[in-house]
Amino acid sequence: MAASSRRNPPPLPGAENQDPLSEMADEDSDEGEDIFVGNSNPVAEAFQPDTANGEEPADLFSEAETSTAVNSSITTSKSNGVHSDNENDLFAEVSVELSMENPSTTAKSSGAEFTPSLTRSATQPESMEQLEEEKDEDSFDMEVAVTNPEKIGDGMNAYMAYKVSTRTTLPMFRNRTFSVWRRFSDFLGLYEKLSVKHSLNGCIIPPPPEKSVVGMTKVKVGKDDSSSADFVERRRAALERYLQRVVCHPSLLQDPDVREFLERDELPRAVGTHTLSGAGFLKMINRASDAVSKMTIKISDSDAWFDNKLQEVESEELQLRKLHAVVDSLVNHRKELCGNTAVFAKSMAMLGNSEDNTALSRALSQLAEVEDKMETLHQEQAASDFFILAELLADYIRLLGAVRGCFEQRMKTWQRWQEAQSTLQKKREVEAKLLWANKPDKLQQAKEEITEWEGKVTQYERDFDRISVTVRKEFLRFEKEKSKDFKSQIVKYLESLLQSQQRHVKFWEAFLPEAKAIA
Amino acid sequence: MLFDRPRAVNVDLQTDATLQVDISDALSERDKVKFTVHTKSTLPNFKQNEFSVVRQHEEFIWLHDSFVENEEYAGYIIPPAPPRPDFDASREKLQKLGEGEGSMTKEEFTKMKQELEAEYLAIFKKTVAMHEVFLCRVAAHPVLRKDMNFHVFLEYNQDLSVRGKNKREKMEDFFKNVVKSADGVLVAGVKDVDDFFEHEKTFLLEYHNRVKDASSKSDRMIRSHKSAADDINRIASTLYTLGTQDSTDVCKFFLKVSELFEKTRKIEARVAADEDLKLADLLKYYLRESQAAKDLLYRRGRALVDYENANKALDKARAKNKDVLQAETSQQVCCQKFEKISESAKQELIDFKTRRVAAFRKNLVELAELELKHAKGNLQLLQSCVGVLKGDT
Repeated sequence: MAASSRRNPPPLPGAENQDPLSEMADEDSDEGEDIFVGNSNPVAEAFQPDTANGEEPADLFSEAETSTAVNSSITTSKSNGVHSDNENDLFAEVSVELSMENPSTTAKSSGAEFTPSLTRSATQPESMEQLEEEKDEDSFDMEVAVTNPEKIGDGMNAYMAYKVSTRTTLPMFRNRTFSVWRRFSDFLGLYEKLSVKHSLNGCIIPPPPEKSVVGMTKVKVGKDDSSSADFVERRRAALERYLQRVVCHPSLLQDPDVREFLERDELPRAVGTHTLSGAGFLKMINRASDAVSKMTIKISDSDAWFDNKLQEVESEELQLRKLHAVVDSLVNHRKELCGNTAVFAKSMAMLGNSEDNTALSRALSQLAEVEDKMETLHQEQAASDFFILAELLADYIRLLGAVRGCFEQRMKTWQRWQEAQSTLQKKREVEAKLLWANKPDKLQQAKEEITEWEGKVTQYERDFDRISVTVRKEFLRFEKEKSKDFKSQIVKYLESLLQSQQRHVKFWEAFLPEAKAIA
Repeated sequence: MLFDRPRAVNVDLQTDATLQVDISDALSERDKVKFTVHTKSTLPNFKQNEFSVVRQHEEFIWLHDSFVENEEYAGYIIPPAPPRPDFDASREKLQKLGEGEGSMTKEEFTKMKQELEAEYLAIFKKTVAMHEVFLCRVAAHPVLRKDMNFHVFLEYNQDLSVRGKNKREKMEDFFKNVVKSADGVLVAGVKDVDDFFEHEKTFLLEYHNRVKDASSKSDRMIRSHKSAADDINRIASTLYTLGTQDSTDVCKFFLKVSELFEKTRKIEARVAADEDLKLADLLKYYLRESQAAKDLLYRRGRALVDYENANKALDKARAKNKDVLQAETSQQVCCQKFEKISESAKQELIDFKTRRVAAFRKNLVELAELELKHAKGNLQLLQSCVGVLKGDT
């Protein structure tokens, strides 16, 4: 995953000729917060007044642009909950591209307005120009890194703290570079929060790295060997990739919880992430029941696209699992080779010592040294195998699981719609019966219920359509990311192999004259 | 089955026109290997100038043992017997593959089968080479090449009816070895008057142990190498499957990478095979030869002890003036035996050193050259693949 992720800029109040205020209320769905606070945010000040267009609405527009981007540094972090249906309806109609387009007003007066003298917000105007051409390209810089794992505390209550550093030019953050300290449960907590809010929409939420009681216990106990160092490094790298994927995701980045995670100095301790907590158990039970219901749902979908894709995902997951197992085996064999080479090198050195022909003795010692160097190469290679290849595969196996979850969400939404339809049908039957039986008071109630359920059916149908669109969009984005990821990581792996072979060549080239010198 | 293989790699031998021996063909049957021993000679003892016979492993062992048991050859390093052809491991793997056929794709199965067959062939070639080396060493030795049994071995075109040792004989051998090693310790404890031999004794003991260690460690290292190459093979197959599921960009990418891994895997397997041939086999051979040299020293030591005992017996006989003539003759015999062995042993040990240095030089140079060749090959593959992949994106 590229450290500098490309992401869409914050969705600007997009559609053209609507009342800017109501638009903002609708569009700025991520916040759920008070949008009309254009004045008091520091970033907005960066916008010089002349960028605001002459029109009244445009003023609010331009300020609102930034304010929509402004995060909860001003407001209290209201939980924005699930998007309201209306907001998402508009979202659905407004495609990704539209949301990045200039509001018509600013577009008219663009050009001169966005002077290069603007410092901090320079990136936003820039991007507006670029946006038109490169809908998928994104000029916002956002880099996150997870570094410096430190053990805090002692004994069984100890934990590892990781430094989360962000470097960004996004105006919605308070600073351009900042860092905070987080622990593993904080990352899990973030995932939980995002899950709750977004998974119902069919978003693919990147899953965090897995818990490991064994691994962490070793670290806590203070086992200071290479295996716990490996474990910590593995976890650190996994957390970094996790965060990078989250900030890569255009909708998730908007979530105040994400910003809070990146910015806020002290996070309240995430509850419900402990393996053995009550919430943990509840989750396990829910997942189990989900699994059962999943197997029985089959959408009579006129759109075969979803079925095909789901099948593809499932078969791909299978192959990746197989591949991961083999790569694991390779890592182990390389580590074994490493150990055996070291032992052999020592043995060769001993043999060289006892050899009484001086030239041969020297050559054997040289051979022992070459083999020693080979051992280092093998070790580095094994690390490459693991950290680049195996972890990539593990990540994507988990991600494919999340994708499947997405599809399941869609199925559940469909089921809900179908059930509402059948309930409506039943209510209508009841009404018909009541008409026959001529019970006016009950009839009234029945009519009310019918109206209620008609509303629900419409809403659920809309939900289903909406989630279908989101899932499709998410899936395509995922495929693109996956393709990019695999390509870059595998190329990186091959490059490491390449370097290793180069050194291979050097070592043996150095040895050859020694061998020839034997007389 | 005719094939091309390197001749006698582990020993640097002068080929002499008067007697040339090689194994021109070999056939692997169920549980035995039949070697066709081909001789070209201008020596008068043979009926023809060129002829071939078919021999099995047991007949080689018989020949070797006949040398060892021959008192006349006590002063020579007897070329070590070739190890028994061992295809068990390979056969087991082939069998396991057959059993697991259902759990892998057809391509995977064919690939693995080819791999195992190649391995089988490699082991086969090795055992042929080792049997040949034994014969060549005998043929190159100025004294051993004249041995009657050797000529019979080379010429007699019927079965030598040398049956393998039965259980009782094997037990006898076992006890003989136990006695010998106990004796060997005693003999080794006797300080030698001759500095040369004293030095050789210390040297050989240490050298032999360290070669043994190096040999087993090199085997283990090479095995790990082969396992890693096998894994890369499986990775290539799985990537291929992933790549054929669709025709998207990333699938084409997978196919290219799979192809790359196929090729690098082959190179890695060659590296392991070459290390096996040039390093592991070299060490194994010198393990056996150093043992044969130790055996020579033991025999000399034994002769020395006998000589010293005969001296003591002579003194005693002279003192008692009883059986003096007998003691004198016995002492003289021992003396002659000891001196004869000492003389030839010295030369043999010097030759051993020369041979050893030459063999190590040859093999180490070839090893380095092969490692370089393979590393460069690998490098080129990787460079071109990375270039293509980067260019595509």
